[in-house]
Amino acid sequence: MFGIPIGWYLTLSAALFVLGAIGLVLRRNAIVMFMCIEIMLNAVNLTFIAFARYHNDLGGHLFVFMVIAVAAAEAGIGLALIVNVYRHRRSLNVDDINLMQG
Amino acid sequence: MADTVQYSLLGWIPLLPLIGAILNALFGRMMPKKVVHTIACGAMLVAFAFSVVSVLKLAGGGVSDHGHTTYAPLVHRYFTWFAAGSLDVQASLWLDPLSAVMILIITGVGSLIHIYSIGYMSEDPSYARYFTYLNFFVFAMLMLVLGDSMLVLFLGWEGVGVASYLLIGFWYEDEAKAAAGKKAFITNRVGDFAVVLGMFLLFQMAGTLAIPEVREWASMLSMEQHHAMGGMLTLITILFFIGCTGKSAQIPLYVWLPDAMAGPTPVSALIHAATMVTAGIYLIARMNFLFALAPTTMMIIAIVGALTAFFAATIGITQFDIKKVLAYSTVSQLGFMFLAVGAGSFFAGVFHLMTHAFFKALLFLGSGSVIHGMHHEQDIRKMGGLKKYMPITRWTFLLGCLAIAGVPFFSGFFSKDEILWYALSNHSALGGLHLGWILWGLTVLTAGMTSFYMFRLYFLTFEGECRADDETKSHIHESPWTMTVPLMVLALLSVAGGFIGIPHILGEPLGLPNLLHDWLHQVIAPGEALFTHKVGEGMAWPAMAVAVAVGLGGIALAYVKYGRGHDPTGDLEKAGKGYLFVHNKYLVDELYEATIGRGIRVAGQVSYQLIDRVLIDLLMVRMWGYTAKLGGEVLRQFQNGNAQRYAIYTLFGIAAVLFYFLT
Repeated sequence: MFGIPIGWYLTLSAALFVLGAIGLVLRRNAIVMFMCIEIMLNAVNLTFIAFARYHNDLGGHLFVFMVIAVAAAEAGIGLALIVNVYRHRRSLNVDDINLMQG
Repeated sequence: MADTVQYSLLGWIPLLPLIGAILNALFGRMMPKKVVHTIACGAMLVAFAFSVVSVLKLAGGGVSDHGHTTYAPLVHRYFTWFAAGSLDVQASLWLDPLSAVMILIITGVGSLIHIYSIGYMSEDPSYARYFTYLNFFVFAMLMLVLGDSMLVLFLGWEGVGVASYLLIGFWYEDEAKAAAGKKAFITNRVGDFAVVLGMFLLFQMAGTLAIPEVREWASMLSMEQHHAMGGMLTLITILFFIGCTGKSAQIPLYVWLPDAMAGPTPVSALIHAATMVTAGIYLIARMNFLFALAPTTMMIIAIVGALTAFFAATIGITQFDIKKVLAYSTVSQLGFMFLAVGAGSFFAGVFHLMTHAFFKALLFLGSGSVIHGMHHEQDIRKMGGLKKYMPITRWTFLLGCLAIAGVPFFSGFFSKDEILWYALSNHSALGGLHLGWILWGLTVLTAGMTSFYMFRLYFLTFEGECRADDETKSHIHESPWTMTVPLMVLALLSVAGGFIGIPHILGEPLGLPNLLHDWLHQVIAPGEALFTHKVGEGMAWPAMAVAVAVGLGGIALAYVKYGRGHDPTGDLEKAGKGYLFVHNKYLVDELYEATIGRGIRVAGQVSYQLIDRVLIDLLMVRMWGYTAKLGGEVLRQFQNGNAQRYAIYTLFGIAAVLFYFLT
C-alpha cells in the first residue's frame, strides 16, 4: 500500500483521536465539541480502513460505511439540538447547560 | 393409683356458673334485676346441689383398709386440650376428698354470698356485670380445684386472678379502686410467673403435668434418685410457693390484699377471704407429695407463714377501716395456714382453710352489712353502738369474732389449736435453735393479737355510744333478709364447723373421730408420712391451755381498752411514732415504691433512652437513612450536569478497562 507501513496510519489515527478527546473535554463551545466528536469518529474510521487494507478484509470497509451513516444521522440530530439550545439560552457555553445536575 | 369412676354430673359443676356468667354477660343489661340474680344464684345453688350429690357419690365409693378408707376419685373428661409429643393435656376434672372439701366451700359459701349480693348490690347500676364477674370467678375457682392437670389448675389459677382484678376494680370510675385492681393483678403476675417456671421444671423432671401421674412418679422415686434431684425438687417447690405468696398474700407479695378491699364487700368475702386466697394452700396440699420431698422449702413456708401471720396481725391492730382490719386479719390467718402446711400438717392447713372460709366470710359479710346500713361508711371511729340498730348483724359478727379468736369449741379453736400443735412439733432446727418453739411462741402471740384486734373491732363497731353524725344515725337500719340469712347460716357453720376435725388429743378420750382428717387421709398421707413429732404428746395439753389463755387474754385486753365506752376519734392524733409506723403498714408500700417501683421506672428510662432511642431508633433505623443520605451527598458531586466532566469519566473509565484487559 504505497509502501507506507501500518504503524503510521495507526499513529495518525491515535493522534487524531486524542486530539478529538482533548478538544471534547477542554473546549466549552458546543459546536467545537461536536466537531471534536467527528474527529474522533473519523480517527476510528481511519483505523478501520488501515486494518481492512492490511488484512485484505472488506469487513472494515463495511464498518466505516456504517459509522459514516450513523455519524450523518447524529450530526443531523446534534445540530438540531444545538440550534434549539441556542434559541433558548442565547449561548452555547456548556457550563451553562447543567440543568441535570444532581 | 386407686381406680377412678367416670361421673358426668361432675362436668356440670363448673359449667353451670360459666353458663350463668355468659347469659348475664350477653343479655344481663336487657333483663330486669330479678332475672339476673335468679340466673346467677340459680346456677350457684344447682352447682352446690350437684357438688353435694357428687361428694356423696364419692363418699359412697370408699373402701376400708387398715383403718383408713380410700375413696375412688370421680373423674370427668371434657376433651383433649392439646397433645404435643409427650405432653398430653386433658381438659378433665378430678374429684377426690381434697377437692370435695374445696368445691363444697366454694359452691356453698359462694351461694350464700351470691344471695347476700342481691341485697348488697341492689342499688348498683352495673348489677348484671357484677353477677357476671362473680359467676365467672366461681367457674375459674372450680376449675382450679377440680383440674386434674397442673395446666387446668393453672387455667383456673389465672382465671380467678382475672376475676379478682375485674371485681376489685369493679367501680372503675374511682381511680384509686382501678389502681388497686391493677396492683392486685400485677403482684399476682409475679407469683404466677414463678408457677409457670415451676411447671416447666416439673414437666422436665416428671415428664407429665397430670397430677395423679406426678404423684405416682414422686412415690416411685428411690432414695438415690431423690438425693440426686433434691435441689431441683426444692427449686420447683419454691417456685410454686412463690406463686402461693402472690395468690395467697404472704410476705413478700401480700401488699395487694389490703388494697383489694376496694372491691364490693361480698367480693372481699368470697374472693379475698374464703376462696381465691386459699388457692395457695390448696396447691400445696394438692402437691403435698412433692413438697414433702423438699424439707428446705417446707421450713421456708413455715417461717414465712409465721412471720406473715405475726406482722399482718400487728398492722391489723392499728387500722381504723373495718375492712382493712379484716384484710390484715385474712393475711394473718393465711399465714397460719402456711405455717400448718409448712410444718407438715396438710390436714391442719386445709382444716383452717375451711373454718376460716366460714368465719371470715361471715365477718366480711357482717362488715358489709354494717357498711350497707351506714351508707358506705367504713371508718370504725365513726361507728359504735350499732348493736341497737343491727341486732342480727351484731350477734352473727360476735360469733365470728369468737370463732376467729379461738374460744374453745368454736370452729377456729379446733383448727388453730391443730396448727399450734404442729408448729410446736416441727422438728426443723434453725441456727441451732429448735424451730418448733420459736414458731409456736410467735403463733401463740399472734393468736393473742388476733383476738385483741377482732374484739377491738367488735367493741368499737357495735358497743359503746354511736359516733356517727345525726344525719347518718337516722338512716342506720338492719339489712334485708337476703343479707341476714347468709349471715345466720355462716354463723352456724362458724360455731359448729370445727366439730368435723376434732384434734386427736381431744377426740380420743371422748371416742370422737377426726372426720376431716380421715376423709383427707388418702390425699395427704404421702406428705404427712414424712413428718414425725418430736415433742411428746404430754406437751399437748399445756400448749393448748396456754393458747386458749392467751386468746382469752386478748379479748380481755380489748375489753379493758375499748369495751368500756372508749372513744377512738382522736387515737391516731395522740399516737406515738411506733404506732404510726405500724399504722402505716411498716411503710412497706413506700419501700416497694422506692426500690422496686423506682427501680423499674429507672430501668425503663434507661432502656428507653439506651435501647429504644439509641440502639433501635438511631443505630438500627435512622442509621440506614443517614447512610443513604451520606452516600448520596458523596455521589452527587459526580452528577453535576457538566457533560464534559462526564466525558472525562467515560474516557478514564474506558482507559482503565482497556488497561485491565490489555496488560
